[in-house]
Amino acid sequence: MKPQLAESKPNPVGSGEADECLFEYLHAEIVNYVMTTTTSNKEGEEELSKLEWMGFGVGYRVIERLTREWSRFKDELDMIKFICTDFWSSLYQKQIDNLKTNHHGTYMLQDNAFRLLVHIGAKDSKQYLRECPKLLAFTCGLLRGSLANLGIVSIVKAEISSLPSCKFHIEVQRV
Amino acid sequence: MVRPPYSILHGINCISNSGIRMAACIAIIGKENSAKYIKCASQRIALQFHYKIHTSIDIIEEKLNVGNKAATDSRELFLGLLYSTEEHKIFGYAPNTKVKFVVVLPSSNASFRDNDVRMMFRKLHLAYSNAVCNPFYLPGDEIISKTFDSSVNEIMEFE
Repeated sequence: MKPQLAESKPNPVGSGEADECLFEYLHAEIVNYVMTTTTSNKEGEEELSKLEWMGFGVGYRVIERLTREWSRFKDELDMIKFICTDFWSSLYQKQIDNLKTNHHGTYMLQDNAFRLLVHIGAKDSKQYLRECPKLLAFTCGLLRGSLANLGIVSIVKAEISSLPSCKFHIEVQRV
Repeated sequence: MVRPPYSILHGINCISNSGIRMAACIAIIGKENSAKYIKCASQRIALQFHYKIHTSIDIIEEKLNVGNKAATDSRELFLGLLYSTEEHKIFGYAPNTKVKFVVVLPSSNASFRDNDVRMMFRKLHLAYSNAVCNPFYLPGDEIISKTFDSSVNEIMEFE
């Protein structure tokens, strides 16, 4: 049942320091770059779409590799569970802490210590809270892209209340 | 391509004048059942294969959602034999990402087993995911890639 992901996932959870920080630095630079090249109009609404689109592309491709050795998913919830466990741990070295759903296409994924936010400030610090949304745009796209490749069209939003933790809301679009 | 046509001497594979290729046709069908990639051994009868492959989509869909009863029993990606005609056997494979792979093999060649076909699909899947992971490839487009072409050729000639 448990597939072998040895080839596509060379470092299981918790190994390879270098790999981990490379992504973090690159992500920070990408955010920086996008912020400097796009003009910010009214509270930075538009500029995040570029980051989101990058995330979409990455998510779409990553899922292609990760699910290759995987047996077929039963239903939508099965896919979301895969996202919460294997997908998340191969990208962020930990699993989603909490998954909630109303069984009608809305899912809430909560990460209590989201990797891209843990170094931003102390727990519950409000100092950089305003800067945080741009650190989440890529991941929203990542989720949307991975779901898109699994055949689920969705809208993904992120929400931060206190600093290292954040929530991702997935709304599945039915046609 | 330049190998001696010994299979013809043995009385097999005279349908398509394609030499001694193992597979007659390999196709990848996209999420919305549009053809993403079709490669036929013989261009002369390509249309016939296109027809066959499009017919097989129905059977794949049927296998994938049989009220989640039979479908849940076998959660393997390999769907097995879809149907066979006098000339060809058609096999299907459906990865989690909602694309469909179809391989047409000449039925005159009885030497291959299910496992060989499974291996073919596995290789095809690997080649496909490598092609998709190309950052310049746009999701949903047709696959136009020399690397992918050559690996498909390899799979087709695999014996």
